[in-house]
Amino acid sequence: MTGRQRDENPAGIHLPLDPLPGHTSRGRLERVLRRGEFAVTTELNPPDSADPEDVYNRAKIFDGWVDAINAVDASGANCHMSSVGICALLTRMGYAPIMQIACRDKNRIAIQGDVLGGAAMGVANMLCLTGDGVQAGDQPGAKPVFDLDSMSLLETIRIMRDNGKFLSGRKLTTPPQVFLGCAVNPFAPPYDFRPIHLGKKIAAGAQFAQTQYCFDVPMFKTFMQKARDLGHTEKLFLLCGVGPLASAKTAKWIRSNVPGIHIPDAVIKRLEGAQDQKKEGKQLCIDIINEVKEIPGVAGIHVMAYRQEEYVAEIVDESGVLKGRQPWKREVRRDDQIVAERLDHILHDEITETQVDMVKTAH
Amino acid sequence: MSDKEPAVTQATLVKKAAPKSDYKPADVSPQRRVQRTFAVRLWSIRHSRLLEWFYSRFADVFLLLHPLWKGIGYGRVEAPVKFVEKRVKGIMFDCRMCGQCVLSSTGMSCPMNCPKQLRNGPCGGVRANGNCEVEPDMPCVWVKAWEGSRNMVHGDKILTVQKPVDQSLRETSAWLRVTAQAAAARETAQNPGASA
Repeated sequence: MTGRQRDENPAGIHLPLDPLPGHTSRGRLERVLRRGEFAVTTELNPPDSADPEDVYNRAKIFDGWVDAINAVDASGANCHMSSVGICALLTRMGYAPIMQIACRDKNRIAIQGDVLGGAAMGVANMLCLTGDGVQAGDQPGAKPVFDLDSMSLLETIRIMRDNGKFLSGRKLTTPPQVFLGCAVNPFAPPYDFRPIHLGKKIAAGAQFAQTQYCFDVPMFKTFMQKARDLGHTEKLFLLCGVGPLASAKTAKWIRSNVPGIHIPDAVIKRLEGAQDQKKEGKQLCIDIINEVKEIPGVAGIHVMAYRQEEYVAEIVDESGVLKGRQPWKREVRRDDQIVAERLDHILHDEITETQVDMVKTAH
Repeated sequence: MSDKEPAVTQATLVKKAAPKSDYKPADVSPQRRVQRTFAVRLWSIRHSRLLEWFYSRFADVFLLLHPLWKGIGYGRVEAPVKFVEKRVKGIMFDCRMCGQCVLSSTGMSCPMNCPKQLRNGPCGGVRANGNCEVEPDMPCVWVKAWEGSRNMVHGDKILTVQKPVDQSLRETSAWLRVTAQAAAARETAQNPGASA
């Protein structure tokens, strides 16, 4: 792609975008959603390593296909690189991360500090989660914190942003400018309370929501009907969570081991009947996207392709949700060349001039 | 980023690595309760409307006694009142003495019994049968709260966004705090000039 991209600072690609009226963040995701375009977000599988290259490589396969990347906060209570760390790397590279904050591991002091730190690094989107219980993960002996819950976390960050204050009332010199998100699971009981619960989250400050994996479209439709009736879809951008299932066996395992994911029998039957289960899983995901994108009030999709990240581009492409639009893609900046030359000079050219010589030549 | 789903999960490995002995406790959760029956708590939720009615009378009586509490001194009555409150609410609701009771906003289902102590609604992990993600045998506190609130006159109080728990109020009497606050509010309402 040549020429300037749509959401780019005219003064330079590395600079933050100008704030727009009515926007709470300077992020590209908020711009895309507020323009009424169908947004696509995805999740970066956090590495179990201290190598920044791992994060860059995992982000690279999404280039030009997604509007924002979720940096997960020890999802499923399994230990990985922290979401703050991933966000630091991603913002450095010019990506638009969604920083997930789970209440399981941090109390309100740590969380408010991370919110400020994240916003300072250029994180424009934050997703507030309660977090899975520690029993679900690889360290079941850990102490669960849950000082805040997702709702009070939303309110906390909203107060920091809009009132410029900590929860304690102490003033912030520069409040964080963030687009606030929450998670919603329409597929777990109490079903009739879920849309109302979402309303509570909106009241607490949620501006966008990402749902749990949707495998049961009729159930999602019922939920959306209620959400529309309550007027939620006018106040919040709802992104439907989708993703490919690798096989019928994985689907069964997820159903019985991962809390909160509902997979109907029909889906498992369809996978079992297929020749190539992996391909069928991908096709199923595309079919669900095609059904979901027609539901009024759905503002986008959130593609969670755990360990199948290479399929995200194909799924987005084949479902045609972008309608020819190309999300922001990182390009080489003009000064990148200068920086590279300078670095090359420092690293490879032998600099024989001593400090004494330098003083002499200066006079 | 391999193509294959791992055959064994990390959690399984951890479980297997745990020392083996004859004594195998049933699925251990970090917030494990000794309690195995929830009958009384569920009874209270089923009769949330009755309890709501009763509590509002009870609160009125407590407020009427405000001069008495003030006369003896709130600090001095705290110990006996807390003793009674802890036992009564402990039996009725499995009260955890957070000191900032929200039972009337949560369908008479105590949210501090939630392993995550959520005060604003259920998490996304509720099982399909309506039980808790962390404690598979316990009915989700918030599924019950929603049911209980539907029977109550002021059940829509469940929609208010609750503030984070103030941990410094733990093990104190919510009854006395509410009474003292109501009394203070009544006084400022009667002579608005005084406080301003």
